[in-house]
Amino acid sequence: MKSTLVTGVLVVCALAVITPLFLVLYFLLVNGWSSIDWNFFTQLPKPTGETGGGMANAIVGTITLLTMASLVGVPLGVFGGIYLAEYGSDIANDWLRFAADVLNGVPSIVWGMVVYLMLVVPFKTFSAYAGGVALGLMMVPLVMRTTEEVLVLVPQSYREAALALGVARWKVIMVIVVRTALKGIATGVIVALARIAGETAPLLFTALGNTFWSHNLKEPISALPLQIFAYAISPYDDWHRQAWAGALVLMALILALNITVRVLSRDRNKTH
Amino acid sequence: MTHYAEEMNQLKESLLAMASHAEAALTRSMRALVERDDPLAQAVIDDDNIIDQFEVEIDDIAIHLLAKAPVATDLRLTTVAMKISQNLERVGDSAVTIARRAIELNTEQQLKAYIDLPRMATMALEMLRDSISAFINREPDKARAVIRRDTEVDNLNRQLHRELSSFMVERPANITRCLNLMVISKCLERIADHATNVAEDVVYLYEAVDIRHSGQKTHEDKDPGS
Amino acid sequence: MSTLPEAASVRASPEPAPAGTASLPVESEAIAFDIRNFSLWYGQRQALQDVTIQIPARKVTAIIGPSGCGKSTFLRALNRMHELTPGTRLEGSLRHFGSDLYGPGVEAVAIRRRVGMVFQKSNPFPTMSIKENVLVGLRLNGVRDKAVLQERLEKSLHMAALWDEVKDYLNKPGTSLSGGQQQRLCIARSLAVQPETLLMDEPCSALDPLATAKIEELIQTLREAYTVVIVTHNMQQAARCSDRTAFFYMGRLIEFGNTRNMFTNPGNPQTEAYVSGRFG
Repeated sequence: MKSTLVTGVLVVCALAVITPLFLVLYFLLVNGWSSIDWNFFTQLPKPTGETGGGMANAIVGTITLLTMASLVGVPLGVFGGIYLAEYGSDIANDWLRFAADVLNGVPSIVWGMVVYLMLVVPFKTFSAYAGGVALGLMMVPLVMRTTEEVLVLVPQSYREAALALGVARWKVIMVIVVRTALKGIATGVIVALARIAGETAPLLFTALGNTFWSHNLKEPISALPLQIFAYAISPYDDWHRQAWAGALVLMALILALNITVRVLSRDRNKTH
Repeated sequence: MTHYAEEMNQLKESLLAMASHAEAALTRSMRALVERDDPLAQAVIDDDNIIDQFEVEIDDIAIHLLAKAPVATDLRLTTVAMKISQNLERVGDSAVTIARRAIELNTEQQLKAYIDLPRMATMALEMLRDSISAFINREPDKARAVIRRDTEVDNLNRQLHRELSSFMVERPANITRCLNLMVISKCLERIADHATNVAEDVVYLYEAVDIRHSGQKTHEDKDPGS
Repeated sequence: MSTLPEAASVRASPEPAPAGTASLPVESEAIAFDIRNFSLWYGQRQALQDVTIQIPARKVTAIIGPSGCGKSTFLRALNRMHELTPGTRLEGSLRHFGSDLYGPGVEAVAIRRRVGMVFQKSNPFPTMSIKENVLVGLRLNGVRDKAVLQERLEKSLHMAALWDEVKDYLNKPGTSLSGGQQQRLCIARSLAVQPETLLMDEPCSALDPLATAKIEELIQTLREAYTVVIVTHNMQQAARCSDRTAFFYMGRLIEFGNTRNMFTNPGNPQTEAYVSGRFG
């Protein structure tokens, strides 16, 4: 009797966990689907008050920012992870991990403010660069930790076998170990990307947003979260409608990233 | 061929070489007797150490092979090789005894034409040849046939023994020569026994059946050696 | 008078070999490893005590002993693989064909190109094909010439007795082979960089008897061109494969001699007790 009760409680809790996800998807679809059309993907936002238009520049902007973030976050994160896994002393590495964990918890708006001081004020302009850097720095602790975890999982026997061939240590790590762990590292990167794709706060002080196309990375750039925010707090119904559509597209992007991660992970399990 | 198989082969080849030396010793000692050839008899005596060396070498190879933990046929081959080498060494010794007796006989007139002894020798030699051939060619049935022929040699030996005994009683002057001839006959009977032992070992090697002392053939009680 | 059958043609008599000689150590024999008073510590624990031994070149030397006797530690010291464990310390001298392995300025990487190693559990690199596995040592050391690479590929796979089985499948993943084949692949991989010496740490212990037999046969073939040092816990394997055997116990070298003698008539009672299976 008791075990049935406990089972029942657990089932209810599991459902409670999944339910919000379904609610989110449901609301997004109900409110946003009707606004998804060709215009949405190809047109720029119309001036205030006019109906119609789309979020083409925001979509491109998000993609641009994510690419730039990767350029910052992936090298720093991966090499940091390699250092933690393969080099360093026990004490130094402990402190490094601690720092990474703290950084993981830094509020995203704080990141925005810091990068504002570093890259916006000196150059006297909001820019895509600043936005990319802000997002990239947020990626670093995540990528570093996941890289380290995957590298540690590579069996020591591969390192020994490669060293026994008379290969220099750095080559052993870069070519043998990293190559073996590559899928895991890629997975970590994509997880981090999915996390930062929807960040709005850091972009407020760095990329700022743009109602037009940006032709230059030194200029402010639009991004989906920014545009959604701007439209959502506006008084215009048409903009509200588009905000829902934007949110749906953003959610779709994040879902796509997460599904990619799943697929990559499954492949890895099969070959071993 | 693997290194291991090569070592097993080396064992077999050494046995074959030893067998041919033993057969030669028998043949030459009998020829020395029949043709009253002292130098030939002496040669047989001198060459016996070659056969002895073979026994030492084969036992050495076999022992070191045993350290490698052979199993099944290889294991039986290793142990059988040691036994066969021992039997062949004894054949060599018997040939030496025949040669020594031949030298003694040659100091006196030949008693009579040698008919039975050469016949015994031929039978013993063929038994030896056949058991070795059964070893090389994996023919346990041939080996069993060898074992059956031992009775005939035993009978011949007994018959010769009786004849020579009556000879000795008739003419005491013959005693020395008759005794030497009896010893030679005994040696030949012994050689046949060794050939039989080899045949039994061959059956064990290829059929994993130990047919010694199983009543498949009869054994004379061994007389005291010469 | 009946004629006697003619004697079969007499074969030449054998070289009378006195019992148990085979190959006695000869002073003029080349020495692969000249080791004197070698000791090794893992932190506070002394793993090897005052080992002195001359391992001959182009022969197979087996190292036997109970678990924990230091035989694997000793093997790994021969190509400085023990340095992967932090906190190791050593004393004494270890020379490989005359050159000091631990001299000042001697790099471990250079040593390992001359002294290769095969491990207990085969470990072909999972992201690489058979061909890539064999050539990885060469490629990572800067060899680009395709002709050279192809020649080494074929030669190493032939030497490892694997060519016939994989020559049509060189691009398949290294991990698609059976356990015994994988181990032979690892041997080919080590041979491709053309070391002078090959160290083997219980190479057959994870394999079935048929695969083991193939590798034992391979080891005996390697003897002609390489110096081989093999750690094994299987006495019969040491008896089958090696020319010399060293018995270690509790970090010390107890006895070293011709394999033939070690297993039929060891000099030291401890050796006799171990090979007879009375302990360890």
